[in-house]
Amino acid sequence: MQRMIHTMLLGLALLWSAQAQAVLEVTVTEGVTGAIPVAVAPFTWDGDGRPGEDVDQILAANLTRSGLFDVERDGLPQAPSGPADFLAQPWAEAGLEYLVVGSMRPDGDNVMVEFHVFDVLAEERLGGWRIPVPADMLRRGAHRVSDIVYEQITGDPGAFSARIAFVSVERRNDSREFRLEVADSDGANPRTLFRSEDPIMSPDWSPDGRELVYVSFENRRSEVFRQNVETGERNRIASFTGINSAPAWSPDGRQLALSLSRDGSPNIYVMDLASGDLRQLTRSSAIETEPVWSPDGDTIYFTSDRAGAPQIYAQPASGGNARRLTFESGYAAAATISPDGRSLVYVHGGDGGFQLARLDLDDRRVTRLTDGRDAESPSFAPNGSMILYAMTDGGRGVLGSVSRDGQVHQRLAAREGEVREPAWSPLN
Amino acid sequence: MNNLFRLALAAVVIAALSACATPTRDAEDAERAAEREAAAEQARAEREAAEARGLGRDRDFDAAALDDPESPLAERLVYFEFDRDEVKSEYMPMLEAHAAYLSQNSGARLRLEGHTDERGTREYNLALGERRAQSVRRVLNLNGASDDQLEVISYGEEMPVAFQQNEEAWAKNRRVELVYESRR
Repeated sequence: MQRMIHTMLLGLALLWSAQAQAVLEVTVTEGVTGAIPVAVAPFTWDGDGRPGEDVDQILAANLTRSGLFDVERDGLPQAPSGPADFLAQPWAEAGLEYLVVGSMRPDGDNVMVEFHVFDVLAEERLGGWRIPVPADMLRRGAHRVSDIVYEQITGDPGAFSARIAFVSVERRNDSREFRLEVADSDGANPRTLFRSEDPIMSPDWSPDGRELVYVSFENRRSEVFRQNVETGERNRIASFTGINSAPAWSPDGRQLALSLSRDGSPNIYVMDLASGDLRQLTRSSAIETEPVWSPDGDTIYFTSDRAGAPQIYAQPASGGNARRLTFESGYAAAATISPDGRSLVYVHGGDGGFQLARLDLDDRRVTRLTDGRDAESPSFAPNGSMILYAMTDGGRGVLGSVSRDGQVHQRLAAREGEVREPAWSPLN
Repeated sequence: MNNLFRLALAAVVIAALSACATPTRDAEDAERAAEREAAAEQARAEREAAEARGLGRDRDFDAAALDDPESPLAERLVYFEFDRDEVKSEYMPMLEAHAAYLSQNSGARLRLEGHTDERGTREYNLALGERRAQSVRRVLNLNGASDDQLEVISYGEEMPVAFQQNEEAWAKNRRVELVYESRR
């Protein structure tokens, strides 16, 4: 799979490259309220039947889910047939600021996807691309197209071609089947990496996106396993007395933070992955769990109930004292950190149930992101634009996404059974 | 032990069946009936001997008490308040009985499986489930069970027994299960 993606990237041909540098810089500021109006015209198809995927539909859904765009699909002016035909006026009159047009045609075993992004207000074309996509990978091709469009308009990288890992559960008559799955960022194209009758928890990606660590109860207790996504090769890496849980890969890929209760109560440890050596980071008789690394690897954030109820703390990864960060909640846990290292999103609990809240580390401002009663397991997208999380809907576990400003809420594709514990892969 | 018990039970069942089938309708059968009666008498005697032997062994490994629904040992569930791990006083008599059983039966092994309700995060709940199981272990320890008889594990919120989202279901899920390892 990895190799296929590289092939695709190499095949990505930038057309009219001189003009492509005229990128309008849009800074995504906190608390953005006006979504950018973008028209995504239907991509034409020059071939028999229909293409395997609606690339423009996937693009529109991706852009909408990010919360930064107000995507128009209906009642659009006549789309230009080529880059030379673009007239800004009808689009400007329709209140649109950007326009994406595209075409697809069969090209041997590939589908050639060609598309152009226009800046309506500047009356110019930001760029045009032609991507040969293997016919059976059109959906991933659509996510690549989405990444490019997102970056052209916002100036930030897109995260649509990143993947998500999650745990699914299906109840059978007497037993349950747990699966560790990996899917596209919109939940489509799921594939199973590990299957068990016992619970699976806490998946986390290696920084290179090639491996996952997770907790499995297959031996009737919690143990940490490491598995290669491409080959399926799998090793047990933590099986100490007590609980082995909450593995978190360090940004340099060489260490794992995890929560072990080998000395009686759960504390945060750092494991050197090459040697297996352990270093104990916290020493308390409280519950200390859910470690997460700052992107620079210098700080470990974690949950502790040392003050009587779970709260989030920060401690230098090299040791030293822990500092409490959350004071607004009776229950604050399961932090995920933004890729720029400046915000934590965590589970805030109180009488009204459990919601996601964002804590901005610079000014300590807290913003509530969700309204439901049972949000958990938040995971930041690798570009920081949105957060995936688990919730229930009618008693069934589903995945939700919320834009980082809390304005756009979405639910991922409905599936059989339950899904939980999403983990967004790094950009690769 | 269990086999002996089952044998005895089977013998009782057979005796009951043969009692029903005792033929009385024909004088010619009287002799055969007498023979059967004698055989049954002998079987009864053997049975009694077998039962006596079984009870003798039971005395130092009181498996019957574990299976007796009237015994406090039949209670194997301890329930907790939300986000708490203290063992409530109502469970003390039952836990004292288990501790007494464990101290009298050094070969017995008990697994303490800690569980939580679904509220709160999964990793925190995994730790909370362990804490509950450890609370139960402390009570059992204090009352005479030895450490190597007890195993603590936690499933956190992963193995609910009630699936609704209300306090009644959550209360059932906040529990420690006492699971005796297969008895020998």
